[in-house]
Parts: sequence; C-alpha cells; structure tokens
Amino acid sequence: MLEVFKADVVIVGAGGAGLRAAIAVAEADPSLTVALVSKVYPMRSHTVAAEGGAAAVTQTHDSLEHHFNDTVTGGDWLCEQDVVEYFVAHAHEEMVQMEHWGCPWSRREDGHANVRAFGGMKIERTWFAADKTGFHMLHTLFQTSIKYPSIKRFDEHFCVDLLVEDGRAQGVVTIEIASGEFRLIRARAVIIATGGAGRVFRENTNGGIVTGDGMALAYRHGVPLRDMEFVQYHPTCMPRTGLLFTEACRGEGGFLVNKDGYRYLQDYGLGPAEPVPRNKAMELGPRDRLSQAFWHEKKKGRTIDGPLGPVVHLDLRHLGERKLRERLPQIYELAVEFLGVDPSLAPIPVVPAVHYTMGGILADGRTASPLPGLYSVGECSSVGIHGANRLGSNSLTELLVFGKVAGVEAAAYAHTVTNSSSDVLERQADAACQRALGIVNRQGGSERIAVLRDEMARSMESGCGIYRTEADMQATCDKIGELKARYLNLRVDDHSKVWNTEWLLAIELGYQLDVAQAMVHSAIHRKESRGSHQRLDGFEQRDDVNFLKHSLATYAGDTAPRVSLSAVKITKSQPGTRAYGAAGEKAESQRKLEGSAHV
Amino acid sequence: MSEAGKVIEIEVLRYRPEQDAAPVTQMFRVPFTDDMSVLQGLQYIKDHLDGTLSFRWSCRMAICGSCGMMIDGKPKLSCKTFLREFYPAGLRVEALAHFPIERDLVAGVDDFIVKLESIKPYLIPKESRRLEQGEYLQTPHELEQYEQFSSCINCMLCYAACPQYGLDSKFTGPGVLALLHRYNADSRDGGRDERMQLVNAEEGVWSCTAVGYCSEVCPKAVDPANAVNLNKVESAKDYFLRFVRKQ
Repeated sequence: MLEVFKADVVIVGAGGAGLRAAIAVAEADPSLTVALVSKVYPMRSHTVAAEGGAAAVTQTHDSLEHHFNDTVTGGDWLCEQDVVEYFVAHAHEEMVQMEHWGCPWSRREDGHANVRAFGGMKIERTWFAADKTGFHMLHTLFQTSIKYPSIKRFDEHFCVDLLVEDGRAQGVVTIEIASGEFRLIRARAVIIATGGAGRVFRENTNGGIVTGDGMALAYRHGVPLRDMEFVQYHPTCMPRTGLLFTEACRGEGGFLVNKDGYRYLQDYGLGPAEPVPRNKAMELGPRDRLSQAFWHEKKKGRTIDGPLGPVVHLDLRHLGERKLRERLPQIYELAVEFLGVDPSLAPIPVVPAVHYTMGGILADGRTASPLPGLYSVGECSSVGIHGANRLGSNSLTELLVFGKVAGVEAAAYAHTVTNSSSDVLERQADAACQRALGIVNRQGGSERIAVLRDEMARSMESGCGIYRTEADMQATCDKIGELKARYLNLRVDDHSKVWNTEWLLAIELGYQLDVAQAMVHSAIHRKESRGSHQRLDGFEQRDDVNFLKHSLATYAGDTAPRVSLSAVKITKSQPGTRAYGAAGEKAESQRKLEGSAHV
Repeated sequence: MSEAGKVIEIEVLRYRPEQDAAPVTQMFRVPFTDDMSVLQGLQYIKDHLDGTLSFRWSCRMAICGSCGMMIDGKPKLSCKTFLREFYPAGLRVEALAHFPIERDLVAGVDDFIVKLESIKPYLIPKESRRLEQGEYLQTPHELEQYEQFSSCINCMLCYAACPQYGLDSKFTGPGVLALLHRYNADSRDGGRDERMQLVNAEEGVWSCTAVGYCSEVCPKAVDPANAVNLNKVESAKDYFLRFVRKQ
C-alpha cells in the first residue's frame, strides 16, 4: 500500500534554492506544511561545491545599473531584463539576510562584509566566505531551516514523478532510498529546485547527483525547457576529473598563461595585460570568452602537454602563500592533495570543463511555470537572468533571491486551490510506481548503465562543446536518439529494495538522456553564435534579426523534441557590441554617448 | 607516472540485509592509475564489475561529506584517499565504524542528524536587527574565533574515530559539539545559555575522554577535540558560577 503524506507545498531538492524556498514558505505562513524532498541529506547538495561568492551591489561607487548592465551584457542580451532588474535590486538584502542567519562572510577590518572582484563584473561586488561560499551558504541555510517546525524533511528520498491532475501540479512520488518504499506526497503547490545537469557531459565540475532530475520531470509533463543549448564551460578546472578552481583565483590576481608563460588572453580581445587585474579584462573576462580562448590556444599548439592532455597554467605564485591560505584555502588544499602541486611554488594545470546549465525549466519572473502550481528555482530553472552566458557569482545570489520568491508564490498559490480526490492522485501515483519498478524488474535487458552514460557524455562533449558545428551536433542528436532506444533495453543487476543505487542510477540516466536531447536539439536549431553557443560552420556571428530569441524545447516522447523560439524581454538595454578589456571600455563609453544623445 | 596495467585488490565489506545474515567480504581486482582515488576505484567496481555495490558519494572534492568510510581500518573520505597509497598490498573498505550498516558501505546516520538538530545549530541573535539596518558588524578577529568550527562538513569521520561514541552512542560526539561551539563562539550569537544545558549534561562534553583521535581524522582541520575542550572549560565555569550565584 502506498504511503501518503499530505503537505501544502512540496519542494524537490534541498540545496540552496530549495532550502531558501522552504524557509520562505515557513515565514510566509507557518500553518503551511512544507515537504522538503532531497535524494541526499541537504548539506550534500551541490550548492556545497560553489566556491567564489555571491554578487550584490554593495559599494557606494557601484550601482544597480552597473550590475544590470554586466549581467545583460554578460548574457549576450538573451536575458529577461525585467527579471534582471528585480534580481539586482533584491540581491543585497538577501546577502544581509544570510548574514543575519549566521553565514560567516569574510570581513573587512571595520567589520563589514568584504567583496571581491569576479569575471565580467565592473565593480567588486562578490560577497564571499573564503573560497567555500556555497558550502557556508548551504550549511547556514540547512541549519537555519531546522528552526522551522513546519518544514518536514524527506532526506534521501528520490523523486520519480510529478503528479499532474486537473491541469495542475499536485504532488510528487518518491522512493525512500533506505527502504525502497514508495511514497505519495500530496501538495497544492510544487517547487522544483533540483539543480543543473552538468553530468550529461564527460569532463565536468559537478557532483554525481547533478543529473537534471527536476528538469526532466517538468519537461516530461509538457513544460518547455528554455535556452538549453547554453552550457557553461568554466575555464579553470582540473584535467580529467574537472574539479573546480574558483574564478576567485583570478579575482584575487591569478594569471592564465600558455606554454611560453604568455598571458594569452590579450590575443583574444581581453587585453591589455596589466600586472594587477582590471575588472572585465584579461583573467577577469567572462567564462565563455576564456574557455573559447583555451580552445584557440590548443589549436595553435600553444598549450602545455600534460599527462592527461593539453592544459594551460593558472599561476598564483605571485599572490604568496599567506594570501592563498587566507583567501583561497580550499584551492590550496585541492591543488596539493589532488595534484601534488603547491600553488605558492608552482602553477596549477587547468582546462575548461562543463560547469553550469544556463537554461532550464521555463519560469516567469516569479518562478511560475506555465503549468499551474509548478514553480522552479535555481540552476534547474530558467527565470531568465543568465541569458547565453552566466556571470560567476550570479547563481548563488539567484538561489536566494528567487528561492524566496518561489516560496512566497507557492505559499500564496496553495491557498487558492484544493487537491483533487485522493483516489485520482493515488491511481496516478500507482502508475508512476509501476513505471519505476519496470526499470528494475525488466527481464532480458542487455545494455549497461555505465556504457550508455559514457557514450552520452562523450557525444555531448563532441557535439555540444565550446565550439559547435552542424555535423557534430547532428551526430549527437542521432546518438542520443539511439541511446534512448537502447535505454529501453537496459539491464539492472540489483533487484533489491534497500539502498538499490543501481536502480536510482538507471532512473537518473533516463532523466539525463531527455535533458541531453533537449540541449543538443536546441543547439542545432540556433543558427548563430551567442555567448556560450559558438558555431564554426558559417554561423560565427550573433544574429539579432533571427535569434534574439529564447529557444523552447518541448518534449515529444520517443521522438525528438520540438524546438521553437520565443521573445526576449528588453527593457532598457538594446543589444550592442559585447566587448571586454580596452575594447569593452570603448564600447561602453560609446553606449553612454548614444544614450545621452537619445535623451 | 603510473605503470600501465597496474591492478589493485580492493576488499569490500558487503552487507545486503535482504540476502546476507551478516556482513561478508568480497574481493575485487581493479585496474588503476596513480591519480585515482579510492572512490574512483569503487565507481569502477560499480560500473564494470558489480552493479549491486552501494555507497554514497557526490562532489568528489572533499566538501559534500558523503563518502566517509573505513579504509584499512581508518575513517577517511574515499574521494581524497588515493589507491596508490595501498599498492601493492591492496586495501579493505568498510562502512563507517560506530554506525549501523544500512547496506554495504552505507552507514545509517539518523543518530548524527538528530543530534545535530538538537543543539539549536542556528544563530540566536544577541540583539535583533532588521534587514534595512544592514549586516551585524564582525571583525576578522571575531570571525576567526569560530570560523574553523564552522568548516565541519558533517562527514562523521570523527564519530567513527571516537572511542566514547563507540561505547555509548548517547554521547553528543565531536562534530556536533564543534558545531555547538561554532555558534556559542560567534560574536553575533546570544544563545549560549540555552546550548550550554546540553553541553553540561552527562552526554555533553564530560563524556569525552580526551583521546583526540577525532581531530586527527578530521579532513577539514576543524579540530573538534579543541572545541570539546574549550567547552569543558566553559562548562566548568558554569558549574562554579552556580555556587557563586547561590551565595
């Protein structure tokens, strides 16, 4: 018999976004029961791995206008500008809220929170807790959530489906991992906060749990995934494992050099090279441009041959051991323990690796999806602030600003509706359970999870990497289609109930294949180059006439998704030249001149 | 660099409650390179040798706290322990000591979570402050008083190391006491009195027999033994102050 839990709001995912949303519901109305579902204990969520910091306008010589412009320019004008305006305006109060909840932000001598420089940001505005900002935010939120008795956690519960009835999201079906038992969690509003999908690529910075679960669930229920072709490569990661060396390494003054010890970024429109980092130039350029520069250096044969392939060097030696230990202690530890490199004595070998999915579940500026009762927040969501390339330190802020919005909106919505009859919901849940069991009980399958996952990850890397061509993307479209067919013939060895992680991996692989398919079909559809989507096959330029548009991938079952385009909300920044370094400064003064001419 | 074709033997303590009456040992031969962690060895087993092996992991970079286990009898994070250290002798992995085994390398950690939730692990502000008033001021020196103790990743290696917790799981234990101290030592916090009741209790700091192994195994240099010790001093102060107040 299916166990049933009656909640008012159910949240899937208990990372930064899910926890912030849960607290927002609890504060908005303590009488509402929040079911907080997570496939891991909340403090294991991948927010934990974020290093560098969270952006919010803080200094007197900074302005919301600057943060807005950096974000919209950084996103190559594919941002929802009204949403960005809301975001930058509410960022600072969320930093302060975190401080009031105890987050150990790094401080200035006068006791105020300190800020550091970050890529693509004009003024230093990144709040940080050493180089473990995500870790500290996550633990602060998790520990704070314990204060609220209305938050009922379902730790290590794996979500297998959403319940959609009467045209509304009305709950979820979960597996309790420790027992293998199913549970129906009824709710009048559902918030998805399950994070990104970076594990569909081979070399990535993401934890093993980052498998796009929530994206796939919403997508399968007809909610479009928006802008999925935009996948961020972080330029400074460990070869093979993809483990991350934060952008704060460069914010603190680190250099990127090629085999000649040359700061090569000056050859890619990011110069001039100066001894101290200038904001929005050189190493403090945006991630898409830096990762693209690596690709070109490799082509030119100017990278360094490492044992695991070509690398460039992240040189932090000139910062000195003391500063490294104070500002970048985790980076220090990672370099020493995982690479045997003491960064005060030797440069760190790095490569770009997949880091972040800019796109996600279609959501409006209040986190609502087109499916009534369904909200999404965080990396799984596309509220529209990142456009074609996210700026570092905007995503941690996003979790907070829109986590709160999602909680408030879901709480308000829950008051306006009642659940459909239990019979109907339980019948639907039973069907979901049978589908999940079908994966583990299938007879006669022959395909191995690891084989399919590996083929998917390699194909995504070759088709949806830093530079893309029609032929490669088509090959990946074909490959993912083939893998989806082979997935139906999957063999799972483990038929037990207690902690059957092979079963969960199999379900996750299904999620990943759907999300990967949305990514590559969205990519092949975009016949231009913008932000992190760069083509080499005759579409090297941005095309605002045809593609100043979001992509929407709509699920179509066994066949390829339908991809359509939708308008981008422009409020005050018309698309212009996206430039950094000296060229960027020139472009900015040009824009100012034109702006004053219009006035 | 690694020699090609090296193979290491990994002995895993298996326990599948639906089929095993008691834990059993299973041996796997795993090809490896020198950059491979124990976690990667286990992933190799799961992907290629035996899909039924269960273990927790996520971040691979020693910050999520999921992958603690006993490696050759010592509590370690498998993601930052490397196979090369055990070659050619091989290694044995087991679920974290002092916790019930749920399955294979998965320990049941409910007790730890309940304890963590019980110590009011959140800021209880000394003085209230509205958002419009901005942040509480806290100097780098004040931050330093608790920063180290806020770095605990809840990996529970210290519990597997703690002989007292092994004898009697009522003991609050090193990690949670470090967390409690993290909030007590925070200049913004005023919840010390509420939390000290727990510290002073028999299951609080006085259960600790000062072995210090908890700090030795801590992968994040949190030094829970120091937190426990500092609280013994605080607890003793509380004890004597009680007499002073009575007079």
